[in-house]
Amino acid sequence: MVTITGVIPRPSTYTGLWSWLTTVDHKRIGALYGFSAFFFFVVGGIEAGIMRLQLVTSDNSLVSADWFNAMFTMHGTTMIFMAIMPFGATFFNFLIPLMIGARDVAFPRLNAFSYWTFLFGALLMHAGFLIGQVPDAGWFSYANLTAAPFSEGKGLDFWALSLQVLGVASLAAGFNFVVTIINMRAPGMSLMRMPVFVWMTLVTSILLVLAFPIITVALIELTADRQFGANFFNTAAGGDPILWQHLFWLFGHPEVYILILPAMGVVSEIIPTFSRKPLFGYPVVIFSGIVIAIMSWAVWSHHMFTVGLGAIANSVFTITTMLIAVPTGVKIFNWIGTMWSGSIDLRTPMLMAIGFVALFIVGGLSGVSHAVSPSDFQQQDTYYIVAHIHYVLFGGAIFGIFAGIYYWYPKITGKMYNELLGKIHFWLMFIGMNLTFFPMHYAGLNGMPRRIYTYAEGFGWEGMNLLATIGYFIIVISLLIFIHNFFRSIKKGEEAGHDPWDAPTLEWSISSPPPVYNFAEVPVVRGQDAYWITKREAAARGETVPAEPHVDPDTIHMPSPSYWPLITSFGVVWIAGGLLIDVGWDYIRFPISFIGGIITIIGVIGWSNEPAAEEHHEAAGHH
Amino acid sequence: MAHADTTHAPPAHPPAHEEETTTGINHRKLLMWVFLGSDCLFFGSLIATYMVYRGQSIVGPYPRDIIDVPITTVSTFVLLMSSFAMVMGVAAARNGNQKRLIQWLWLTIVLGSIFIGFQVYEFNLFRVEGLRYETNLFSSTFFTLTGFHGAHVTLGIFWLICLAIVAARNPAGRPSHLDVDIAGLYWHFVDIVWIVIFTLLYLIGGFDGPPEAGHAAVQGWNWVTGLIS
Repeated sequence: MVTITGVIPRPSTYTGLWSWLTTVDHKRIGALYGFSAFFFFVVGGIEAGIMRLQLVTSDNSLVSADWFNAMFTMHGTTMIFMAIMPFGATFFNFLIPLMIGARDVAFPRLNAFSYWTFLFGALLMHAGFLIGQVPDAGWFSYANLTAAPFSEGKGLDFWALSLQVLGVASLAAGFNFVVTIINMRAPGMSLMRMPVFVWMTLVTSILLVLAFPIITVALIELTADRQFGANFFNTAAGGDPILWQHLFWLFGHPEVYILILPAMGVVSEIIPTFSRKPLFGYPVVIFSGIVIAIMSWAVWSHHMFTVGLGAIANSVFTITTMLIAVPTGVKIFNWIGTMWSGSIDLRTPMLMAIGFVALFIVGGLSGVSHAVSPSDFQQQDTYYIVAHIHYVLFGGAIFGIFAGIYYWYPKITGKMYNELLGKIHFWLMFIGMNLTFFPMHYAGLNGMPRRIYTYAEGFGWEGMNLLATIGYFIIVISLLIFIHNFFRSIKKGEEAGHDPWDAPTLEWSISSPPPVYNFAEVPVVRGQDAYWITKREAAARGETVPAEPHVDPDTIHMPSPSYWPLITSFGVVWIAGGLLIDVGWDYIRFPISFIGGIITIIGVIGWSNEPAAEEHHEAAGHH
Repeated sequence: MAHADTTHAPPAHPPAHEEETTTGINHRKLLMWVFLGSDCLFFGSLIATYMVYRGQSIVGPYPRDIIDVPITTVSTFVLLMSSFAMVMGVAAARNGNQKRLIQWLWLTIVLGSIFIGFQVYEFNLFRVEGLRYETNLFSSTFFTLTGFHGAHVTLGIFWLICLAIVAARNPAGRPSHLDVDIAGLYWHFVDIVWIVIFTLLYLIGGFDGPPEAGHAAVQGWNWVTGLIS
């Protein structure tokens, strides 16, 4: 068949900017995700800093109430959708094919599409800053704060449409990783031999696939209300704002586990490696992860205890919420059981992982305290909740992410980071984190509400807020040390070797950084902790296992780079961006948005008409 | 018909151009299943919104004033028959009968298009009768749910047209049985969603309206459906 190919010749090189724009290599896409996520982590951190400076003392007037609203909205949205989730995607992309012994993900171009759509969506969200239209209804954007009369301007439109674009990216990535993990495992890698991180990625991806359609529908309804005059949350027409809360939290609570399960997977890899023991109760850890994912669908109304759903609903959700702490607690015991009588090596990744366990316990305990709905009535909308969410998402997810960054740094870069700086980073971040968020428990129980832009003196909140602001700057210093360590070690770090930690998983059996084709020969897996088995058997013979030798990449058939994913993503974000165009005549935005649809269709047609891999070495084959 | 025999091959000997997979299920087919699982939640949320707001509209037109169950029964029948044509198309692709495949694909396309035609007619009629998107809760939920279903059908039609064109240009076996099979999965799913929508929005919700205006038969029907819902 004569294939219709693009007007621009298909890229085929592995160097230069063009190669990054058209890459379908999961490792490069992982790197792109990582740098983008860190960038938005810094952006969200700056927004947090503005809030901390405003709240440092009573009656402060650093920023206006409106700007403060924008800051807490964008801080939450950025950290959740543009920092922690793409950090998770960074690890999924870089590690999953390596851990399951595959050459790439199942759909390499779809993977590139996910990244570019994420990046464009995130940029679209922040484009609102350029024209002074910043979302300001909180990261949950409760109806009817979001209704057109109460939220004039385009801020909420930027929020809803950009989040829709980010949702497309997450869904595409979710599909890709479910198929990759189910379908691309190396011979012998049965489900119950998969590393825990792979399992948690599978569970997270399934949650993504099932949870994101719900927020998609909620955002469609919000957009329809704001752009087309629909009545979904219009109380004047009988609409019910509580519907938004149900839809949002029915998505939002699985989303919480989408944020934390990858970090749990990372920690489950690191603790066995640095305790020199296999994970204690491997099947139980996996089963707990699955149970958490299932139960995460039955707890959403604990976000709504004070809405007035009635005693029965509140009781049911109290019980389910307390129950979900059980599998989480089981995991914590498994991690502690793994460390128990292990020969523990307190390297930076291990410190971060232990920090994760410790801080997540604190966050989990405060979580159980407002799982009880009468108790929650006292805590709802206070800084106690802020303390809780940051213990699970900063103390939990972010510590897990940094543990993973340090752990796989040698694999990704081929260099070893500076251990001393790493430990200083850990201790400063650990101290700063506790100094920032622990006082918030007291401020909250002392009555300080969330989301207030300032407070009068005389409530006794100044001291706690001052401590929190000092803690913030300690975190900032720790992150500056991390950035320095990261870039300096890339240039000047020692060569790490292929397996610096004597780790149990397959990614350590190949050179660091991994070659473009990952495995020259697809590995055969003979048990759990596959690479440990290989190494122990070699050691019994008195041998050591070198990294798999490199081969000529041209002898291995790999997916070819493609620019169609980039074009398709561009079309998708144009559809959303077009609806935001405001040039006086109201209806111009529909045709502009329509152009985005045409670009998307062109992208999809070009995509489907090019083969996944150009046939360099074979005859025309099946075409 | 080089591909006719390979489609029956056991997973251990996949056709040369299909990747070997752990489960034996093709990547794309598995992707479609996962997507359909996701789409269930999408339509589930839209249907839930409709059901939550059922009977809550403050102003008319109400469903009873405007929903025409007999006409939609016809269009539903047409869509169901399109699924039948799709099944026959998949069977033709499996048997490597390219000519039959093209015929069944075009019949599916035509039946799907007739369904969309009914929907365009219905939407337009509603607009003329005063039910606009912003009129009331019923209109917003109804147009959003059925509109997104219609968009799914339209996308499916374009997909099948692409397959039919490819099939016409390649007598030697493209699209593969798998290509047709995956499109068929999508088509049947969209069809099944319509069965749910037709039941809930037309057969059960189609007689909704303010009770004081209704005659006895309708009130009796509302009483029955009230028991169900």
